[in-house]
Amino acid sequence: MTFARLIAFALAFWAATLPRIAAAESPVVAAAASVQFALVEIAQAFEAETGETVRLTFGASGNLARQIRQGAPYDLFLSADESFVLTLAEEGRLRDQGVLYAQGRIGALVPRGSDLKPDGTLEDLRAALQDGRLGRFAIANPEHAPYGQRAREALIHAGLWEAIEPHLVIGENIAQAAQFAVSGNADGGIVSYSLAVAPDVAARSEFALIPADWHEPLGQRMALTKRAGPVAEAFYAYLQSPAARAIFDDYGLALSHGEG
Amino acid sequence: MDWTALILSMQLAGVTVAVLLPIGIALGRWLAVRDFRAKPLVEALVALPLVLPPTVFGYYLLVAFGAASPLGQIWEQVFGQTLVFSFEGLVLASILFNLPFAVQPIQRGFEAIAPEIREAAACSGMAPLTALRRVELPLAWPGILTAMVLSFAHTLGEFGIVLMVGGSIPGETRTVAISIYDKVQSFDDSGAAQMSALLLVISLVTIALTFAFSRRIGRRLG
Repeated sequence: MTFARLIAFALAFWAATLPRIAAAESPVVAAAASVQFALVEIAQAFEAETGETVRLTFGASGNLARQIRQGAPYDLFLSADESFVLTLAEEGRLRDQGVLYAQGRIGALVPRGSDLKPDGTLEDLRAALQDGRLGRFAIANPEHAPYGQRAREALIHAGLWEAIEPHLVIGENIAQAAQFAVSGNADGGIVSYSLAVAPDVAARSEFALIPADWHEPLGQRMALTKRAGPVAEAFYAYLQSPAARAIFDDYGLALSHGEG
Repeated sequence: MDWTALILSMQLAGVTVAVLLPIGIALGRWLAVRDFRAKPLVEALVALPLVLPPTVFGYYLLVAFGAASPLGQIWEQVFGQTLVFSFEGLVLASILFNLPFAVQPIQRGFEAIAPEIREAAACSGMAPLTALRRVELPLAWPGILTAMVLSFAHTLGEFGIVLMVGGSIPGETRTVAISIYDKVQSFDDSGAAQMSALLLVISLVTIALTFAFSRRIGRRLG
């Protein structure tokens, strides 16, 4: 029996004494999956400049908004769509209505070696549906991922929605949709420009922008929550600085896009 | 390699096992020794997490302990933070969800003890607690060890509930299983591959150790 007790004690002792890591209360930034690559880079630059760290968590904007409503301890929310920020602000869960940080764009992405061609007018997709080339096609969940909503709007605009529905695989957020397509598990997909230009993605896929007027604009808005402290405030200000702006622009998250 | 997530998962699993051990022994022995009309119901409740989808469980936790619920509000007033999206919330979820993995092996362990042995201990004048400590626990030990290892390994691998109530906060709720999921979505295939391989090895080693232990102990007692 002494053996059993020894183990039990060791476990309890170990569990109780290990200091919880990151108890350093660095603020938590909840951000849309579409900005993950840009934000990681900006957070590194912020750390290099100020010595302060932020903790990043990514997901579909709709899910993050729901979590904030349920009391998630986020200090700053970067949504892929303004509506989530504006609604939360109205409900009094954010400090204010925040600011726009990007104008999101979508496009057609195909993995290298796919039977599809990258075609922003979706004409090749139409042809693929008719000649039976199309297997699976990935978009983000239109229910809670803004990029999924815009993908659906673009497909409806092109008159392809009903034909393509049986072929769709739905990513929980835009990064998962992109992962489905880039890995070749889907023949292609509609993903955000911001993910398509990331080196890991660009090396393995081809991408063409879909005309911006095929869908509702995607004003990406961010705001501090009520619990934000000084470090979160500093990061929020940094996100609006020229240094961060340049990184956003590099990742296709410009505030205004020349038509292309 | 996301060491923060790995350490967090280890801590979660350690705390879960430490809390579950006394609960499992009390509940397991009670179910093994006593017979009563509602027993099938109690056993079903304990076994429920085996068949209940983690998302259903996560949903009810969100409803019961979310910021809008009375329980959630009381918790927030007392501890200054919400129970969901926190380490403490994961511990609670993990304890409830591991109940069958802790209780069932312990119950089997106590059931394997012949009633005559308990009676002999009582006849020799041992107080119930002394009999438990000196006679029953050593005999039920293989079951208890299995329970501890299974709960530990199962906590390391739990995904659905953590996804529902966790929110993937580094150092708080981003466990190793969630971190692998995040890495796949950020196209970090080598990171996902390393962590998956590590988790595979840890799982295999823990399970193999349990089998080796219980065989050795089985021989010693048998």
